[in-house]
This record gives sequence, C-alpha cells and structure tokens, in this order.
Amino acid sequence: MADQAIRKAPLAGLRGGSHAAILTPAAPASRISLRAGKDAVPALSAALGVTLPLRPKTSASSGKRHALWLGPDEWLVIDEDDADLMAAAGSSGALHSAVDVSHRNTAIIVSGPGAEVAINSGCPQDLSLGLFPVGACSRTIFGKAEIVLLRTAEDTFRLECWRSFAPFVFGLLSEGAEDAAH
Amino acid sequence: MLLIYCPYCEEERSELEFRNGGDAHIARPTNIAEISDEEFEAYFFLRDNPKGVIFERWRHIHGCGRFFNAARDTVSDRFLTTYKAGEPKPDLDAEPKTSAEVETYEALEGAAQ
Repeated sequence: MADQAIRKAPLAGLRGGSHAAILTPAAPASRISLRAGKDAVPALSAALGVTLPLRPKTSASSGKRHALWLGPDEWLVIDEDDADLMAAAGSSGALHSAVDVSHRNTAIIVSGPGAEVAINSGCPQDLSLGLFPVGACSRTIFGKAEIVLLRTAEDTFRLECWRSFAPFVFGLLSEGAEDAAH
Repeated sequence: MLLIYCPYCEEERSELEFRNGGDAHIARPTNIAEISDEEFEAYFFLRDNPKGVIFERWRHIHGCGRFFNAARDTVSDRFLTTYKAGEPKPDLDAEPKTSAEVETYEALEGAAQ
C-alpha cells in the first residue's frame, strides 16, 4: 500500500491549441480571495505590495504579483512566485477576509493571434482591445464553468478556473483554439 | 441573447452571467414575530406576477457577485433600467418609452384572430 500521497497538478503535462492560440497550463501559484471594505484598501495595498484596484474590470501588477478587481469589495490576488499571501494580508492590521484558494484554482495561459476567438468560443464577453485592454480582468463564464480572465498582453490571456472544471475548460478551449485556426 | 447593464460593473454583460432573484422592494415586516399567518403568507409567498413592467432583483453571479434591481417588461423581456440595491424605485415615466419592436406570442395571436 502506498504510504505517500503525491500532489498532481490538474492539467499536468497537457498541451493543446493550434498555431492561432497556444494553450499552456500555468505554473503553480499562490492565490487569495480577498474581501475588504474601502477603509482597509490602503493598508492592504501596502501590506501586499500591490495597489488594490477600485475601478471595475481593472487589475494592478507588481512584479509577479497581480491584484484583480472582481467586485466592489472583492479581489483575487495571485502571486506567481508562490509567496505567502495569507501572511502578507494578515500583517496589514486592517479588517479583511482572506481565503487561500491557491489549490482551488488552476490557470491556463492562452496566447497567439487567435486567443480572443478561442476564449470567445465559450465566453460571451467582448474581448476586443478597446473594451478589454491589456491589464483588464473580469470574472465571467466559459461554457458551464466560471472563470477569471486577465489580459496580460495584447495576444495573451491568463484564464483562471476551478481545478475540478479544469479538464472541461481545457477541452472546450482546445476546440475553440482549433476553430480559431481556420 | 439579452444584454443586461450591471450598475456595479458599469457595463452591459450577457444574460449568461446573471441570475434572477425574484421581486424587488419587498420589505420584511419589522414585527415579524407578531404578524398573523395570513399577513406572513402575503409577505412571504404572494406575488403579483404582472403582465408588463416588473421590478426584480438580479444577481451578477458570474461577474461582480452583486445583487441589484432592474425594471423589466415581462411581455417583451426588455430591461427598462437597472439600479443599485438600496436605491429607490426609479421614475419610469422619465425614462424613454420602449418601442414595440419585439414580436411576442400575444401580438401574433391578436393578429391571427
């Protein structure tokens, strides 16, 4: 009997897409779901080292740490260097709620000239550069799964989804990426 | 597909991101323990189900997660306006009148007679 549990990334080893839209599972990252009132924003921004955005559909980045506006009092903070975000938020001294969702979410990097088309195969949002510029982010829906989109470059998106939906999202995205290549 | 204006995201989004939350502006009685069963039934269960304009709660569940209120025409499914939760009912007469461009079953039925 095996006496050691091995952690397996939900999309480990998967590759997909087409020449128009390349799909790459993102490296593990730490993430927190952060809720706080307006009064706590300056203290939390200072503690996290990234200014929490207050405008809808905007994000802020500092190095490999990103803060994504999800709602008027809700942010998703991602650190690609696996830093301890819970401790950082806790050191702010301001009233807030932080939940570690590092292992709840997984991310797929969608890049290439057909990235918008590939994502729009299952997502109803207008992703044209005018309405969804670089740095824009939004919680939205992709097929039957809820996702969080972040545009990291003109032709690159970071797509966050819950790990149990990851195979579904990756599969549908692969189909969309193939369609985008035609 | 309907586009619904979310007052918190300040943008029109697809109906796929939203969930209906039932009638809006229903005040919970402050003396809930003292009211009769009939009064509780009227507050809790009985709704008007109007044909025409209805004020509803909607939730941007796959977006900002916020509840807001909307005035919707139940015949044409057109959203007349949306506004943040807690704000008073807007004066719909001040809003532009809706056109009757949406084909409905009722309209077709009328023409067939």
